[in-house]
Amino acid sequence: MAFFKKSPWLLHYDASSCNGCDIEVLACLTPIYDVERFGIVNTGNPKHADILLITGAVNVQNEEIVRNLYGQMPDPKVVVAAGACAMSGGVFQDSYNVLGGIDKVIPVDVYVPGCAVRPEAIIDGVVQSLAILERKAAELKRRGGSGEPEKPS
Amino acid sequence: MKTALLGVVLWLIAAPLVGGLLAGADRILSARLQGRVGPPLLQPFYDALKLWDKRGGVVNRFQNFYMVAFFAFVLASGAIFFAGGDLLLVIFALTLAGVMLALGAWSTHSPYSHVGAEREILQMMAYEPMLLLAAVGMYLAGRSFHVNALASSGIPLVLQLPGVFLGFLLILTIKLRKSPFDLSASHHAHQELVRGITTEYSGRSLALFEIAHWYENVLLLGFVWLFFAFNPALGVAAALAVYFLEVVVDNAYARLTWKVTVRAAWIAAAILGATNLAVVKLLLR
Amino acid sequence: METPLKAQHLVIFLLLFPLGPALLLAAVRGAGFRRLLVGAGAAATAAASVALAAVLPSGETLWIAFASPFADQAVIVGEIVVTLFLLAACRRIRRREAWIPVVIAAQGLLLGWAEFGRDLPPVATPLYVDPFSALMAAIIGIVGGLIALYSPGYMADHHRRHPEEKDRRRGFFFLIFLFLSAMFGVVFANHLLWLYFFWEITTLCSFLMIGYTGTEEATRNAFRALGMNALGGLAFALAIVLAGTSSSAPTLEFARVAAPGAALLPAALLAFAGLTKSAQLPFSSWLLGAMVAPTPVSALLHSSTMVKAGVFVVVKLAPALHGTRTGFLLALVGGTTFLAAALLAVTQSHAKRVLAWSTVSNLGLIVACAGVGTPETLWAAAMLILFHAVAKALLFLGVGAIEHRVGSRDIEDMGGLIATRPRLAIAMIVGILGMFLAPFGMLISKWACLKALADHNLLLAVLLAFGSGPTLFFWTKWLGKLISVPSGARASDDVVGDERLALSVLVLLTAGACGLFPLAAAWFVDPWILGLFGAPLALLTRSNLLIMAAMLGMLVILPAISFLQPREPRRVPPYLAGANAGGDAFTGALGATHAVSLRNYYLADFFEENAIVRTATGLALLLTVGMLALA
Repeated sequence: MAFFKKSPWLLHYDASSCNGCDIEVLACLTPIYDVERFGIVNTGNPKHADILLITGAVNVQNEEIVRNLYGQMPDPKVVVAAGACAMSGGVFQDSYNVLGGIDKVIPVDVYVPGCAVRPEAIIDGVVQSLAILERKAAELKRRGGSGEPEKPS
Repeated sequence: MKTALLGVVLWLIAAPLVGGLLAGADRILSARLQGRVGPPLLQPFYDALKLWDKRGGVVNRFQNFYMVAFFAFVLASGAIFFAGGDLLLVIFALTLAGVMLALGAWSTHSPYSHVGAEREILQMMAYEPMLLLAAVGMYLAGRSFHVNALASSGIPLVLQLPGVFLGFLLILTIKLRKSPFDLSASHHAHQELVRGITTEYSGRSLALFEIAHWYENVLLLGFVWLFFAFNPALGVAAALAVYFLEVVVDNAYARLTWKVTVRAAWIAAAILGATNLAVVKLLLR
Repeated sequence: METPLKAQHLVIFLLLFPLGPALLLAAVRGAGFRRLLVGAGAAATAAASVALAAVLPSGETLWIAFASPFADQAVIVGEIVVTLFLLAACRRIRRREAWIPVVIAAQGLLLGWAEFGRDLPPVATPLYVDPFSALMAAIIGIVGGLIALYSPGYMADHHRRHPEEKDRRRGFFFLIFLFLSAMFGVVFANHLLWLYFFWEITTLCSFLMIGYTGTEEATRNAFRALGMNALGGLAFALAIVLAGTSSSAPTLEFARVAAPGAALLPAALLAFAGLTKSAQLPFSSWLLGAMVAPTPVSALLHSSTMVKAGVFVVVKLAPALHGTRTGFLLALVGGTTFLAAALLAVTQSHAKRVLAWSTVSNLGLIVACAGVGTPETLWAAAMLILFHAVAKALLFLGVGAIEHRVGSRDIEDMGGLIATRPRLAIAMIVGILGMFLAPFGMLISKWACLKALADHNLLLAVLLAFGSGPTLFFWTKWLGKLISVPSGARASDDVVGDERLALSVLVLLTAGACGLFPLAAAWFVDPWILGLFGAPLALLTRSNLLIMAAMLGMLVILPAISFLQPREPRRVPPYLAGANAGGDAFTGALGATHAVSLRNYYLADFFEENAIVRTATGLALLLTVGMLALA
């Protein structure tokens, strides 16, 4: 039995969000939503994380950072793009420095719409990503796990 | 010999279970203190089992050795304790374990780990005097350095060593990695040092760290129990009460600076510890 | 009793033989011949010291009669020559050092009176060996020999780097072997006048070797060493005057034989001399100043000779001091030194200064043990002397080798040594582990010590508890520096030749001492304690030995296991908040790339060096004066 579902540790990265979504992410930790009920921990360290939760669009400044953080997470791992900007670049998509949604740089597993994204939606997105995480874990086990990171698509 | 062996086997098997449950209780209690529901009681086990299935990475090929050594020496330290062995050897083995943990963090040449390692040995410098004085105090009051002799002596150590006990509670906060003295690694998110000493560990080596910490907590509560060993049931109750107190303190205080930590621990050792020892030596022997 | 011929001959051999290579080396210029001579001399000395340890009947003390009156006269002539030489050397003193020749002259006059003005009975057995002396001789022979072996390569390199210095290597090697001979003298002398003679030779040698480079700083530090040791010499001379009366010959036996009260003052004076020689507070500054000398000198002064002569004599005096207020204060001087020097070592980043303070600190512990003087503490003191000698020699020679390859003595420049120079790093790691970590050397002694102090001297137990924290701190952070692996570090050229041989043997010795210390205890220390107190000491119970062996075994097996892991884990760069720019570099503000640079904590504003030195020196001075006053 795999325990990824019961203990999702999460790394939250603000790519270039207006902070609207970030406040909602933090709201998830408060007594009203209390995501620790599901074993979710906000780690702040890619090496401890299972889920990369990104808010905001990717721009030229943080493209490498997003890649690095993703690359430093141990397998299996999933990416949740939370909010309109993380999905597509949102209202900033035509900016001179914005590359677009997170999936321009790393593979995204779950897209959570909203501007700002609602805490309920974030929790739902994370829970959905857990199924993908389990699947990836099973896949990894079947392959015998070469330990190689997944190549960004 | 038989009871010693039984002690070691119990330690190896039961301590992580007890330690994990205590960690789970800690998280629920902390959540309740913050007005939340908190995770299930078994959450620490889920976490460790999950970490075991992750494909951890390393910065260099030496770092996992230090973590394994840390784990092994925590086990060894507790094995000496629960076999009824020499308290000083228990402390030295625990020190060796701590040094190994810090060296692992150093080996990665990562800024966050580095700060964690420096703070870890600062913490060790802070608590070492009080820990040694606690052992000396038990020797003076209980006439032995051996855990089994102390436990079976029937002497109410805590009544003879109230100062030492208070000083020990203070450094227990450091050892349990609780605020206000959780300088080198913290369970709370978004710290200035990320995860400090464990920043560069992932997967199984991180799971080892978590499990070793459970073991360590049980060992430290074993020390608390020893103060009350004249009445074993009371000892267990006291150990649990102390753990509860530490969780409350953890939630009630913000982190202090290393200078305050070292000063507090040393002043406690000098005033509470040494004075208590002198009184025991002069009056009771 | 009939002394077995062999041991007696070996003692005489050890005393006189090093003088042969010394004189030859003073004459030889060729580098190749010098190396050969040093190697042969060191090997013969080491072999003889080991042979002595092997043939000495277990647990016995051999009193060696020396019938020839010529020997006594030679010692007297020698003393006069040494005193005159030192007085002549004082022509280069500064005004504020004017007290030094006065002290030396006073010493000479006192001694002249003791020798010629009074009618002392002859000493039947001016030399002796007991198990502890044999252990000490083996340490001097092996460790001293290895340091000598290491020196020619180091000195050649030293002069290549400092072409401006005058090449006085002939004198240098003469002094090294003279030093060894004098150390054997200190260890074997029973006759106080002989002991004094050898004692003064070590003072003379250290004075000349510290001033070797001839710079202004070296000269001043050499005079500081001379001055402080002369103070000790003066106390020594006083002790001789007091110990030798018309009824009792001036021998070291007074410490055991004389009525407790009568022995106290001379014992206290000799202990004072020991404090100066072993650089205890308030006299520590000369040893720190001695750091200006080439590294082999530091290694020699710190590990097996000089400072060890001081504690050796203090340990020998323990029976006279045990249970007295003087002994208590002496122990407190040691305890204070132990704690203060450990705190000071935390604040230093200069490798040799860290080693110097740690030497002072460890010797403080030995003095504390001797001052308490119970069987357990003396056991601990003897073991401390053994472990410290091998580990500290290794560390000094290691630092010297690093200095010549990395070009720095700063610990901050030793980062990643395990990756860039693995052999040197392993040598240093073994040395450091031997110095402080369970289940290795020093900790065994600390463990024995703490147990004994809990019973006999609570104040010292508290000092020991407080000192062990900073000790742990400064060694661990140095260790951390050595084993950190910066990305992209590549191994490069390593140690070669005699340096490598000396370092390898010392690594084996340190590891051997840590692994096989129960044997050293059983062969030398336990019999010595038995002879001294008439009761055996069962410190190392079987179960504790088993535990220590298990811990040592774990440390050996664990690396093997972790390198046998089935699959090399994935390599990931260190976490740099995602701003990694390849290797250890990160992208900072305005897109600039910075390399990660990590420095250790030195807590300089927390442990203020000057304040600690001032407070501890004042306290130690007070205690020392009290010690003499109460005697």
